[in-house]
Order: sequence, then structure tokens, then C-alpha cells
Amino acid sequence: MLDKALTGSRRYWTWIFILLAIIGVAFLAYLRQLNEGLGITGLSRDVSWGLYIGQFTFLVGVAASAVMLVIPYYLHDFKKFGKIVILGEFLAVSAVIMCVLFIFVDMGQPIRIMNVILYPTPNSVMFWDTVVLMGYLALNLVIGWTTLGAERNGVKPPAWVKPLIYLSIPWAVSIHTVTAFLYAGIPGRHFWLTAVMAARFLASAFAGGPALLVLLALLVRKYSKFDPGYEPIQALGKIITYAMFANVFLLGLEFFTAFYSNIPGHMQPFKYLYAGINGHAKLVPLMWTSGIFALASLGLLVFPGLRKNEKILAFACVILFISLWIDKGFGLVVGGFVPNMFETVTEYWPTLPEVIITAGVWAIGLLVLTVLYKVAVAVREETA
Amino acid sequence: MPYRTEGEHVMSINRRQFLKLAGVTTVAGIGGTAVFNGLRDNGPEAAQSSPDPRSLKGKRWGFVVDVSKLKSGEDYQKCIDACHSVHNVPDMRSLPEDIRKRQEVKWIWKDTYEHTFPTAPEDEYQNSELKEKNFFLFCNHCAQPACVRVCPTKATFRRKDGIVMQDMHRCIGCRFCMAACPFGARSFNWRDPRPFIRPEKENREYPTRMIGVVEKCTLCTERLAKGLKPACVEVSNGAIVFGDLEDPNSEVRKIIASKYTIRRKPELGTQPGIYYVIGGVEHAG
Amino acid sequence: MYDSGKIIAGLVIFVVLVTFPFISNMGKAGAKPKPSIDTPVINQMQVKQCVEPKEFMRAEHMQLLNNWRDSVVRNGDSIYVNKAGQSFYISLQNTCMNCHSNKKKFCDECHNYMAVKPYCWTCHIEPKESML
Repeated sequence: MLDKALTGSRRYWTWIFILLAIIGVAFLAYLRQLNEGLGITGLSRDVSWGLYIGQFTFLVGVAASAVMLVIPYYLHDFKKFGKIVILGEFLAVSAVIMCVLFIFVDMGQPIRIMNVILYPTPNSVMFWDTVVLMGYLALNLVIGWTTLGAERNGVKPPAWVKPLIYLSIPWAVSIHTVTAFLYAGIPGRHFWLTAVMAARFLASAFAGGPALLVLLALLVRKYSKFDPGYEPIQALGKIITYAMFANVFLLGLEFFTAFYSNIPGHMQPFKYLYAGINGHAKLVPLMWTSGIFALASLGLLVFPGLRKNEKILAFACVILFISLWIDKGFGLVVGGFVPNMFETVTEYWPTLPEVIITAGVWAIGLLVLTVLYKVAVAVREETA
Repeated sequence: MPYRTEGEHVMSINRRQFLKLAGVTTVAGIGGTAVFNGLRDNGPEAAQSSPDPRSLKGKRWGFVVDVSKLKSGEDYQKCIDACHSVHNVPDMRSLPEDIRKRQEVKWIWKDTYEHTFPTAPEDEYQNSELKEKNFFLFCNHCAQPACVRVCPTKATFRRKDGIVMQDMHRCIGCRFCMAACPFGARSFNWRDPRPFIRPEKENREYPTRMIGVVEKCTLCTERLAKGLKPACVEVSNGAIVFGDLEDPNSEVRKIIASKYTIRRKPELGTQPGIYYVIGGVEHAG
Repeated sequence: MYDSGKIIAGLVIFVVLVTFPFISNMGKAGAKPKPSIDTPVINQMQVKQCVEPKEFMRAEHMQLLNNWRDSVVRNGDSIYVNKAGQSFYISLQNTCMNCHSNKKKFCDECHNYMAVKPYCWTCHIEPKESML
């Protein structure tokens, strides 16, 4: 079926070559990082994780969101999602590949990555994150490819796919719970040390992932002969609305605990992110943008009259995605490191090489997504 | 393509199945060989190595730090220099200050009371002399270290003698330990440290580290193995006392029993092994 | 066959690319490595004996070093007793390189021949080689 990705319009190939160009430049930037060290990023002794790990965290959420299609369709026979489950599964594949790549570019000694497999350490959450991510990637690849292949041949998928599909549901929840555990069990960093971390992660995943999926579905409708359909996109819109409410509510809970308890360690990170400390306020505009976009998107999504308008829905999804990208892909990580363990402030801002490498990983993910979607759409067009 | 046509006993296999079979066999062959080689125990057995008979033996090594014994800036600097030169810790003062602050590597350093004990800050009514005094900060060699809990490769691990050790060979540079350590004790090699090690200060008996690994105070395991005390202790003039916290007769235990000592962030449960004597600066001994 | 011109041209290019390393190095075979044990410390030894016998070290020195690494760093054991019962202080820099202080004429001889680049030396300080 992969041959379907080798034929396409001029626009398709232009897009592919743009992505390849970005990947090429980013690869050179990565070689420089390998040579000179992670010091070419904006990271520091105090803020030792930044954009790379933030993007990884955000994308695990996007990957997990495929489950928001799988549960209604496979568990509750919500037939409307039948045509777009594959889009969710392939988005998951692309997102997990990006997650793995972001971890890889963040490592100081990537050549030693096999040490995680050679010396398994069950007490380390990072070990488990590796295991569950690899498993989820394999699951989605196998499920997606097999079901799509069966559809192309006009037969039902083989029986052994069903248990894998059911397995992928708790597995999706687990990948994001485990990723939340990377943060939620760390003593000393009170911004992260909250039981609500995993719940927040899941809520924002189930809002942000489907939001991206809505946008991708609209793009697929625009650029191909396959129309995912008005109803499925509306159903996704409802899921996004509820999930985003949960996410914003949980964020509100965090604010309450921090400020009502009045404990300095709890309040300081929030103060830094949303108001600045002692003039250090690099992230304040970003975090307020995230907050305003979140509320604005909810304002548009909560009214069915607005949500039913696909253009408004698309706009709401865009600002929602940006809001969550800032909150989870950047603010979350930096907030844990500022102030530092000595209660002083070292700020963080990504450097140009760091941004280029990040763009390169996104380009690889988009390339995988394009290829997989091209195959899926081609099969749909064939069997339509 | 039929796998087996009726009436024929010849097993025909189509190209796809053949390629799948070939692929799986290759992966299994290479993977299996690799696993087999990895599991095979080669070389001398571990029973042939043993501890140096001179090594200091203890169940839980720790420090008591009494900063009243440190008077001048040089007193502090002596300890820092002793450690950093014996362990080839890079000196990045040639870099611009903002970069140096972000990328510095330090195993021992000094800072104010407020920064050493941020969760037990003194307020305006307490001993004001304490605000002026500097304290030593290093790895706390905790009994329940968060860093060891999170390391995915056991590159950082707790030895039987209580020291939280770092295996630079195994570290993959993920920096999870740096996120987990509540005390900011760890440094990462954001760049190649070699250009920053002064040739005249280089200790040729100890390695350096390389780009992309985490390092921190190791309580001078290589010195303990030879029966020597940690480098900072030796030049501290009694300000840093080294001993076995599990030995009730050790000097450290005697000080802890007789003076008021605190540890950094004890409420987090990591059980640090570094105790700081607290009191007025006038107290003797 | 169809497109026979393109196929044959492609095959020729492929064969040239794949055999290029061999073609370009024809006649330039490297000399057999001759590791030298001519160092001040070894010259003073009565019996020139390494930690383990030469044949063993040739085949297994990396395995030995890996075990040594774990012994010292992870177990805290810094003394090694070889098969003949002799004790050695476990240290690449201070034991191995003490005798083999001519890294360029010893270690590098075989490593360069085999195009092996062990990165021990990014951390373990190489011996300063005086003119021998």
C-alpha cells in the first residue's frame, strides 16, 4: 500500500520537498549539537529540560488522543467514526515517532540509548515510558495498517486485530499517565508535585489531539476526494469541548491550591509564569496568550450554534491547539525549573539551533503523517 | 496466488510471503545473535576483584559542616579548589558570565543561608549573622535519593556504604536526575569540558568527564578506596567533618548528638547525609 | 526487457558505488600493525608480563576493561587478582597506561589498522608521550 504515497499531485510533492528541506537543515543543526554539546540550546544547569522535552510531553498527549476515536467506534459501535478512526491511529503513529525523536535529540549521549534496554530499571518512570511508547507505536502501526489493508481488499480485518484494538485503549491512557508520572513524583518541584498532573495531561490530550484531528480532517476534505463527513467532525467537536472544560477546570484547581495555601514554594512558579519574579518575565506574554486562547476557544465551542459552523469550529480548534501547545509544550516544563532549587531565577528561552532542530522533528512527523494519510486517503478513494 | 494448489504436493510460496519470511529470519538471526552475545559472560569473573585493603569502611558516609570554622573567602575557596582540581572539574571562568552561570560544572560551592535552606528561611527576627554567612553545598548523598529512583539506566546508584555514586560510562545524559534532585547538586556537561581544564591543575591520576554526561560530588570514592579522606575535608581545617553516620562513636555522630544541626529540605524525605551545625557564630569548636 | 538502457546503466552505477572503497584502496594495503612495548617502565621489568597473558589481552582486553569499570565504579573493588595470583590496582590511566605509556605506538597501532576508535580517551587522560 505504501506505493500509494509515491504518486501525487504537484502540490503533494512540493509539500514533501519542503518538509525534506526543513529536515535537511535541522539535521545539520543536530550534527552541530552533537559536536558542540547541548550548550547550543538555551538550557542551563538550573533549567535542564526545555523545548525538546516540552514538545515530547505535548505530543504524547496528541498520540494518546487516538483513543477518543477508538472508544466510541469499537466499544460503543459509534459508526460515524468508522471512516476517520484510521486518521486517528495514523496521527498517533506520527506523534509517537516525534516523541521518540524529541527524546533522542535531548539526550546528552544518544549513542548510549541502548543502555535503557540493556539495564532495565523498573523503579524509573523513564524506563516505563520507553516501554509503553514503543508498545503504543507498534500497536497503532499494526492495527492501522492491517485494518486499512483489509478495507482495501474489501474484507473484514482478521480476528486477531480486535484484541489489539481493545488493548490499545488502556494503553493509550497509560502512555500519558506514565508521562505525567515523570513529573508528578518529583519531590522538590512543587509546580509538578500534584496528583492532578495525570488528570490534567489526559484532559488536555483529549482536547488537543482531537482538535488537531478536526483540522487534519478538514484539510483531507479540502485536498482529496475523501470527505470524512460533517457528523464525525461535529462529534469530535463535542469531545473537544468537554475535554477542554475539564482541562481548564483542573488548571483552576491548581491555582486554588497554590494561592489559597499561600505556601511560597507552590505559588512561586505560578507567579513566575503569569506575572514574573523580580523583573524576570520572559514567559508571561506566552502564558497569558495560552490562557486567553483557552477561554476564547471554550467560548466558541460551548455554544452549539457556533460549533456547528465548521469555520468557527476550525478557528476554535486552532486557538485551542496553540493554547495547549504553549501550556504543555513549554510552560509546564519551564515552570518546574523556575525558581530553581535555591529559590533564585534562571530564565530559559530556546535558541535558534534548538528551534531549528525542533522544526526538523516536527517536519519528520509531518512527513510520516503525510505519507500515511496519503495511503489512507488513496485507499478510501479507491474503495469509495 | 494460492499457497498450495489442489492436487499438487509442491508447496508454492508467493513473493510477498517469501520476503516476509526472509525479513523475519534476518531480524531474528541478527537480533538473536546480539542477545546471545550480550548475555554470554565473557572475560574474567567478578570474584577476581576485591576492595583495596586500605579502603575506609563505613555503612553510611556523611559530613557535618560547621561554617563557624571558616573565616575568610580563601578558607572556602581552598576546599572548592581541592575538590575541583583533584577531579578535573572544568573551570569555565573564561566564558562570558551569563554563559558560565548557565553551563558551569561544580561539585562543591558556597552560597548564603537563604539559598542553602530555602524552605527554612530565616526571617527578620532571627539571628542576623546567619544571613551573612556562607555555607557549603554539595551532593547530600541521601539515604532515599530521588535521583537514583528516576535514573533509567542505574547510572546513578547508591553504594552499600551510603554514597550516591555516578557511573559516567553508563550515563545517557537524559538529565532526569537533575530534574529529580531537590538540591540542585548535579551538573551537566553542556559542552566539552576538556578545553576548560587548566593543564597545570590537571590531575593525571583521575579521568575527566566528556560532553553530555551528568556529574556531581562522589564523596571522593577513589580517595576513600586508598584510605584517604575526601579532598575538601582535608583542607577544611575542621569545617567539614567526615565520618560514618551509622557508627555511634564516629566524630560526626558526636557532633550531631551535642550540637543543633539541620539538613537541607528534610521534609522531602530523601534523608540527606550532610548535616549543618547551626548556632551563633561565636560558638567554639 | 523494458527500460533495459536505464536498468543496465543503474546497475553499473550501483556496482561502481558499492565496490568503490575496494577499488580506491587497491594497492594501498596498510602495513601489519607492530605494537611496541618499548617504554621506560616496561624496559625496566625483569619479566615482561601484562596483567594477563598477551594472547588473552589481545582478544579480551576490552572485556577486561568493562569488568574493571564495573568493579571499581559500581562495586568499589579496586584490586584485581589475575590468574597467576598477582594483584593489580584497577585503573586504565594509572596501571595500564603506566606500562604502556606509548599509546601512539601501542594502542593506536592496532586500533588504527582496524579503524576502531574507542572513546575511552575523551575522559581517561592519555599518557603524555615523550620522544622515545
